[in-house]
Amino acid sequence: MTTLRKPWLAPLLSVLLLAFLLGVWQLAAQPETTVVDPGLDPEYAALIGAAAAGGGQSAMPTPGEVGGKLWAHLTDPFYDRGTNDKGLGIQIGYSLARVLAGYLIAVALAVPLGFLIGMSPLAYRALDPYIQVLKPISPLAWMPLALYTIKDSGTSAVFVIFICSVWPILVNTAFGVASVRRDWLNVARTLEVSPLRTAFTVILPAAAPTILTGMRISIGIAWLVIVAAEMLVGGTGIGYFVWNEWNNLSIANIIVAILVIGVVGMALDTMLARLARAVSYRE
Amino acid sequence: MSLSKNPFDANVSLAGRCNCGHHTSQAEHDAEAVAEREALESRAVEGAVMRALFPDDQLRRNFLKAVGVGTAYAAVATLFPLAAAREAFAESTGPLEKTKLKVGFIPITCATPIIMAHPMGFYAKQGLDVEVVKTAGWAVVRDKALAKEYDAAHMLSPMPLAISLGAGSNPIPWTMPAVENINGQAITLAMKHKDKRNPKSWKGFKFAVPFDYSMHNYLLRYYLAEFGIDPDKDVQIRSVPPPEMVANLRAGNIDGFLAPDPVNQRAVYDGVGFIHILSKDIWEGHPCCAFAASKEFVTQTPNTYKALLKAIIEATAYAKKAEHRKEIAAAIAPANYLNQPVTVVEQVLTGTFADGLGKVQKVPNRIDFDPFPWHSFAVWILTQMKRWGQIQGDVDYQKVAREVFLATDAAKLMQEVGLTPPKTTSKSFVVMKKTFDPAKPEAYLKSFAIGKS
Repeated sequence: MTTLRKPWLAPLLSVLLLAFLLGVWQLAAQPETTVVDPGLDPEYAALIGAAAAGGGQSAMPTPGEVGGKLWAHLTDPFYDRGTNDKGLGIQIGYSLARVLAGYLIAVALAVPLGFLIGMSPLAYRALDPYIQVLKPISPLAWMPLALYTIKDSGTSAVFVIFICSVWPILVNTAFGVASVRRDWLNVARTLEVSPLRTAFTVILPAAAPTILTGMRISIGIAWLVIVAAEMLVGGTGIGYFVWNEWNNLSIANIIVAILVIGVVGMALDTMLARLARAVSYRE
Repeated sequence: MSLSKNPFDANVSLAGRCNCGHHTSQAEHDAEAVAEREALESRAVEGAVMRALFPDDQLRRNFLKAVGVGTAYAAVATLFPLAAAREAFAESTGPLEKTKLKVGFIPITCATPIIMAHPMGFYAKQGLDVEVVKTAGWAVVRDKALAKEYDAAHMLSPMPLAISLGAGSNPIPWTMPAVENINGQAITLAMKHKDKRNPKSWKGFKFAVPFDYSMHNYLLRYYLAEFGIDPDKDVQIRSVPPPEMVANLRAGNIDGFLAPDPVNQRAVYDGVGFIHILSKDIWEGHPCCAFAASKEFVTQTPNTYKALLKAIIEATAYAKKAEHRKEIAAAIAPANYLNQPVTVVEQVLTGTFADGLGKVQKVPNRIDFDPFPWHSFAVWILTQMKRWGQIQGDVDYQKVAREVFLATDAAKLMQEVGLTPPKTTSKSFVVMKKTFDPAKPEAYLKSFAIGKS
């Protein structure tokens, strides 16, 4: 990448783009001037929403309304008004705990297994069809099966995170291990390094960037999956928050949740990207 | 009651008079309530004894007429120590096996008794610490209840029957100790069908119902079939969780739905649809949702079960009174429970509502609460399950009804909280001008032109 001559240009463009999008949104969501139909029974008008009284349907919220909701959630993220009504911060906490649990199990299992598969071409070919079949299955398809067999919704959610995030790590680890340069392995063999030591001092560092790439893909998938899983099982978490606000048709709150989901996902991705940079090397 | 008075409620008087306004003080009101309950408890015991002695109600009446009340009372008392029985019943049962319970619910007004019992303290009164957990859909409620994550749950009244029979899941003995609400559903159509009020013109419509095993599904199918529309061929009926219905109606994915409230009222509130017909006009007094628990919970923790059921039935009795409905609406509308605007919930519960076509309708029994699980309700539901091919082969209607719908328990507790349970467990009723005789389910089933069996 060439260095830009004016480093402030890109952020400026980003801000302008944001302003433009918000402007378009504000204009598009501008409620039609809701004049209450003069022929409408005032008793009736009091019973229905403002938009319906004007003869229309309730409209999209404007950026201002969303901003207000966002502010309300950010200033009071940890309130707890009972089992089914907790602050956004608490919900994010629940979701992160589930994602980390499922993800760490996936890493703990997939990295060693991927190592074995990568070192043995036979195992690679034997397991490949299973991996290819199981990889593309949607989390929502796993959920009923998990609920039915595990019989605990919290564990089911963690299981679904695990089963969806295990494949990229597994495939990438196997690929990274299998494609370590032959020369390096041969050097290790001539120096009579033990196989275990070879694995840790030669193969692992060599395959680390590929493994980290797999882990980075996986954390993205895990974060995608959690929202869907929580919308399905409910109870707690950011996915439940979205579902609960959908229940109330509160689009403003849903947009707030979307923004928060995006920011947290970006933070997770950035963390793994940093980690990947730390283990990368130049040949 | 005086402690539970909400000082921020405009309808409650804090000074002087009592809640109901008929007594000069709250203490007097409470005293009368206690006396009333004690009298009712005695009545309950006597009623139970008489029912046991005379299974046939006609025989009992004949006996009373023949010998006179005084003689009859003396005669029965010699056979059965009525006073002792009354005392035995009034004594509290054993200690609660567990006090921390989880009860699942779907955020709709059908669950009113289950939900309101939490903020209004009906569970706490029975010494229970109940957590009411909002759940995303009926299949999830079923699976969580089967997995024992919930001790008891809000279900649709056909679900305990389906679970017990193994339709749509493995057969597991399930029970339904109480109906939660009667009536309270409606058919809502999208605004663009404002002029198509005759169901005969609904060919090709797409409808949503909350679940396959729901009264909504059976009532909608029944309603359509009565107008000559075959629900399996002429229209499409799909199962959509209630919260998603308004969004789908708005997007034009469906033309209408037979749904629980507040979904119907919410569609009106947002200008998306109008209420075509209330379910009470299809079948006045039909059951809808239910309080359900596994047979295991009922038999292994009988005291907890009784306390929980009592809390629910007490809440149901409280909800039955029209003057309490506004207070209840305010209690269950917040985000922790239904998460709806208060006015929407209030319109559903009070029955003074906007119909979406510019009129304010006043139907006080739009939704009503009556916990008694009539066995004949179960028989009707079973006939419809068979009619639409959800169950096949011979069904022992009465046996299934008796085992799943726990009418005796409900009757006993209803009397304790001041409701009058019916004398029998079976009654005939009218669905769209057609009388249903619970003694002849097969003949009823054969009388329909449209159906799969």
